[in-house]
Amino acid sequence: MDPIILFFLLGLTAGLLKSELRLPSAIYEFVSILLLLSIGLKGGVELARQPFLALLPDILAAIALGVFLPLVAYPVLLLLGKFKRVDAASIAAHYGSVSVGTYAVAVAWLASHNIEFEAQMPLLLVVLEVPAILVGIMLVRGKAQQTRWGEVAHEVFLGKGIVLLIGGLLVGWLSDPEALASIEPLFFDLFKGILAVFLLEMGLITASRAGSLRQYGLFLIAFGIAMPLFGAVVGGLLGLALGLSPGGTMVLATLAASASYIAVPAAMRISLPEANPTLSLTASLGVTFPFNVLIGIPLYWRLAEFLHTLPGGG
Amino acid sequence: MSQDRSHILKLLTVVTESALESQLVRDIQRLGANGYTITNARGKGHRGVREAGWEVDSNIRLEVVCDEATARRIATHLQQHYYDNYAMILLLSDVEVLRPEKFQA
Repeated sequence: MDPIILFFLLGLTAGLLKSELRLPSAIYEFVSILLLLSIGLKGGVELARQPFLALLPDILAAIALGVFLPLVAYPVLLLLGKFKRVDAASIAAHYGSVSVGTYAVAVAWLASHNIEFEAQMPLLLVVLEVPAILVGIMLVRGKAQQTRWGEVAHEVFLGKGIVLLIGGLLVGWLSDPEALASIEPLFFDLFKGILAVFLLEMGLITASRAGSLRQYGLFLIAFGIAMPLFGAVVGGLLGLALGLSPGGTMVLATLAASASYIAVPAAMRISLPEANPTLSLTASLGVTFPFNVLIGIPLYWRLAEFLHTLPGGG
Repeated sequence: MSQDRSHILKLLTVVTESALESQLVRDIQRLGANGYTITNARGKGHRGVREAGWEVDSNIRLEVVCDEATARRIATHLQQHYYDNYAMILLLSDVEVLRPEKFQA
């Protein structure tokens, strides 16, 4: 087994057994900052090698994907899940957006299997964070007056995640390749070690949702597994349509399958305060994140491979 | 040391979700607070344990020293705007200060 997955299981087990173990929050924050910067830098270095305009179709497709997924999730949550409108919209927004942690695990998985993927993926990761949040708010408020869009925009675009990812992209893009070599040991060589510590903490955080999982029950579990599977198929097909390699298709499928647990919860707390944050976090962190990390990612690779064997596939 | 009552001011303590920090800071300044102190906090209330393991799960404790009218004004505002949807408690207490002019609106 992959050690980083075992670190996640270690955190999960320790948390479920109510171990004393907890990472100081400053460490967790530092580790997630390093991850975000590494992902951004890596993307920026690669992006510097290709014309930006060629990426426009991919960016537009990612925006469409980010709008489409919550619009599918919302009626399901409303009608089948019998959630209140505001809760359905908030959960839908979580599932339309993406999880950087899941992305990092997918990338590490591809690297350990020596599979290449397209350089623009970190850019698509950034793009995908945003639309679902706006869709979620619109589903509840329409274009209503009470939403303080300025604040929402501040939360969305100047949140830690977006600033570090875009910042990393720009630094990677603008830096001299030779000069970058001096920071490679921290950001690239240590990537998997940093990811391992991050996943240890994620295991602990996931375990802390176990109580609310028992409370909110079967529908959230079913949704937390079915929605990523559906998203992966949509993302995979989109990857194929965009002409991505099997690796890139897998990453896009993983992005579509993942659910946010940082950017969206923060934005929802400000813009849809009536929504119960426990519901969406229980689904995205308690169910979908572990499902994607433990089962989903290898599965999405199979899916990408399968799609590429279809007639017309790359 | 002087026991003059005019040196007694109100300490308003707010314990709430970190997500509200920037909104609260704006609100209290608009309502007349001259300064404030924020510390990270964790604990348990009727919205469950908030362990501060990560951003979404963390609390802040915001403290303001001000005159009674300002404290009441802020408390009422917070009650009206945030009690329904956010984890929040408000505490008011008397504190003796040595330099009252520092806290006047």
